Amino acid sequence: MLDLVGKRYYWFLLSLLVIVPGLVSLMLHGLDLSIDFTGGTLWELQMSRPVQPGEVRDVLAARGYPDSIVQTSQDNVVLIRMKELKEGSPEKAELAAALRERFGDFTELRIESVGPTLGTAIRNRAVIAVALASLGILAYIAWAFRNTNNPFLYGIAAIIAMLHDVAVVVGSFSILGWLRGVEVDALFVTALLTIIGFSVHDTIVVFDRIRENLARRAAPTFEEIVNYSVVQTLVRSLNTSLTVVFTLLALFLFGGETIRYFVLALLIGVISGTYSSIFNASQILVVWENRELHRFLARLRGQRQRVPA
Amino acid sequence: MRIKPWQTLIAILLLTLAAVWVDLPGQTLDPFGWKSGITVQQGLDLQGGIQIVLEARPPAGVEVTQDVLQGTRDTIERRVNGLGVSEPVIQTRGSNQILVELPGYRDPEQAVRVLQRTALLEIIDTNGQYLAPGTIVNTTAGPASDVLGNEPTPTAEPAATPQATASPATATATPSPGATPGVESTPAAGEPAGTTASPTPEAGATPTPDATSEAEGPVYETIITGADLQDAYPTTDQFGTLVVGFELKGEATRKFCDYTSSHVGFPMSIVVDKQVISSPQIESAICEGRGIISGLNAQEVNELVLQLKSGALAVPLEVVQSRTVGPTLGQDSIDKSIVAGLVGLGLVALFMILYYRLPGIISVIALLMYTSFVFALFKLIPVVLTLPGIAGFILSIGMAVDANVLIFARLKEELRRGRTIARAIEEGFEHAWPSIRDSNISTMITCAILFWFGRYVGATIIQGFALTLFIGVAVSMFTAIVVSRNLLRVLLTSGLFHNLWWFGLERRPAEPAPAPGD
Repeated sequence: MLDLVGKRYYWFLLSLLVIVPGLVSLMLHGLDLSIDFTGGTLWELQMSRPVQPGEVRDVLAARGYPDSIVQTSQDNVVLIRMKELKEGSPEKAELAAALRERFGDFTELRIESVGPTLGTAIRNRAVIAVALASLGILAYIAWAFRNTNNPFLYGIAAIIAMLHDVAVVVGSFSILGWLRGVEVDALFVTALLTIIGFSVHDTIVVFDRIRENLARRAAPTFEEIVNYSVVQTLVRSLNTSLTVVFTLLALFLFGGETIRYFVLALLIGVISGTYSSIFNASQILVVWENRELHRFLARLRGQRQRVPA
Repeated sequence: MRIKPWQTLIAILLLTLAAVWVDLPGQTLDPFGWKSGITVQQGLDLQGGIQIVLEARPPAGVEVTQDVLQGTRDTIERRVNGLGVSEPVIQTRGSNQILVELPGYRDPEQAVRVLQRTALLEIIDTNGQYLAPGTIVNTTAGPASDVLGNEPTPTAEPAATPQATASPATATATPSPGATPGVESTPAAGEPAGTTASPTPEAGATPTPDATSEAEGPVYETIITGADLQDAYPTTDQFGTLVVGFELKGEATRKFCDYTSSHVGFPMSIVVDKQVISSPQIESAICEGRGIISGLNAQEVNELVLQLKSGALAVPLEVVQSRTVGPTLGQDSIDKSIVAGLVGLGLVALFMILYYRLPGIISVIALLMYTSFVFALFKLIPVVLTLPGIAGFILSIGMAVDANVLIFARLKEELRRGRTIARAIEEGFEHAWPSIRDSNISTMITCAILFWFGRYVGATIIQGFALTLFIGVAVSMFTAIVVSRNLLRVLLTSGLFHNLWWFGLERRPAEPAPAPGD
């Protein structure tokens, strides 16, 4: 039989290789927060002729909006990110008139405006939502696995796997923000919460097998039971992820522009979630059950004692 | 008596037909008009429109209570109804915000102007006439056109003859004194009215009537405004019935006393934004600065209290968040989502059939049924479909397959162990069920939290996603357990598919030979 559990430290290493660059980027660069969190205005216009971002920037700067970010895409669409420009305000009417004067008529595709204080409130809510989701799931798993020796162990292992996936996605978006200017918005938080749900969904299926095989004493040691369970569920885990990945890929390729990065976040999260439930979550159970961390620390302590001697 | 699998199957088929019938667009196959009114509700990002979050910014020292916020919400709702938007959303949010969504509305400047205006509460002298709630009036504090935007008082014209306006909207509220609510002095007031019965109604007139003379219809005199009101609360009269109690501020007491004592037996009208919301009859003079309005049912009492409270505060509102989506972006998104959904569904179907063969075909049938159920539910509940909501739906297609994958994996295992097909189906379901249940509940927990989070962020946009995913997960459990299982039972026990090739296995396994009666 495939020995997945025996190679657990290689799987952990692979996870670290993926997570660490993201965390480094997160420390050095952080996340590019969208107006949902910082406040400001996102204005998407369809011009009647092609325009250069610089021209638009000049008009905005001349009207008192110097630090605006202007992007152009196909079909003469211009996307402007700027400080808050209130809907229905005289300032907005003035600016629209100035743009019309310079570039001719345009269609307003969308304008989103968020006040600065509201942005902070949304950021706090996002953190609370992620924390609440973790606690809710921890509680549910502890309850669902109440008949095992250590119900909280399963909950904690699932949460660690989930944090792994959150770290992968947040890290990837930090790097994407750095390289491509991709912003993190309220939809990103939605994606994150969905990933949390999916990651745990996937992990539970594996844990469920472990619970069943433990009850049946399917193998002599805990380690072997876990390995047996992971191998048994491997095909199912991969197939489920594949079907979800198929639908997400279709959305990524053919879906609208506005949800492209939302779908990308989900895609990264689902792949990471599948990996973590096979290669991390159940392995953590083994590490705990064998008291490997304990022994590792003891060895460290032992070495430290030996050094001065 | 046990229900046989084929009986369940017929029930499922009927349910599917019903769902497909609901799914069909418009009035297809609908001779009796049962489907009228059942449509897909498109969110703001799909059909275009405006979303605005207003925040109360009261002057220093003034607190915005839930009551005041609720009253302000009601005022805004009335204004929104005046804009002629179908399916608007108006919700209070947190302690001091109001969310307004106007799907399909195209004029953000007008919307902001109408919503942001501070509500003006007035009590007017109706010259003895009964004005039905809903009537638009001109008052000495300003013409109706002040509050109704730039359009030249469209509803002010019928107000020219209050009797005429009363007729279309209010067949029930006939000006019979018995039916109308009454105003009287608080029962506690020992001193009878009439001591200062100086019949000078002009005393309260602020602007000169000629300022409003260009507006059609009579100009009613404003006796007091919200600024004169100290407080309003639900209370009981001497008979123990629920009534609205109110208190006036010092200066206004005298003015109101003068007016009420000279108009006993006549109606007066409480007006918000130039629109009559209640027309109680003056039962007695009110000189103590406190009075009650009786003759309303519990709900009306509540609504009037909220109105008076928020009218008394007249809290200024500020736009803190707005989102305007043009119609072109929305249509483009719908087209793209449909393509993405079809491609996604096709890929999943192909994969399932290639990998699982016969069970794969069954899961695809179950999946199609699943899609028809979910979409029918979206129409019936109705769920407001947003772009992330559609993504949630398409995502749930992928997740719905999971339950089937779990069951088939178990089924294959049981067959490999040498069980008979019928036995393997039952065992497969039995063993797969705990995983399906636990994993889906954890997804549902996150959906609930998402729903809560969405309420404070993108409102319907994120909530739409949470709701569609939740419904999707719930229905997927049903289709996996009921639909797939029964399809398998009926098809597989029929004897047509005894060759294990159909299940992705190489004929009969060599290991433990299946016991004939197992």
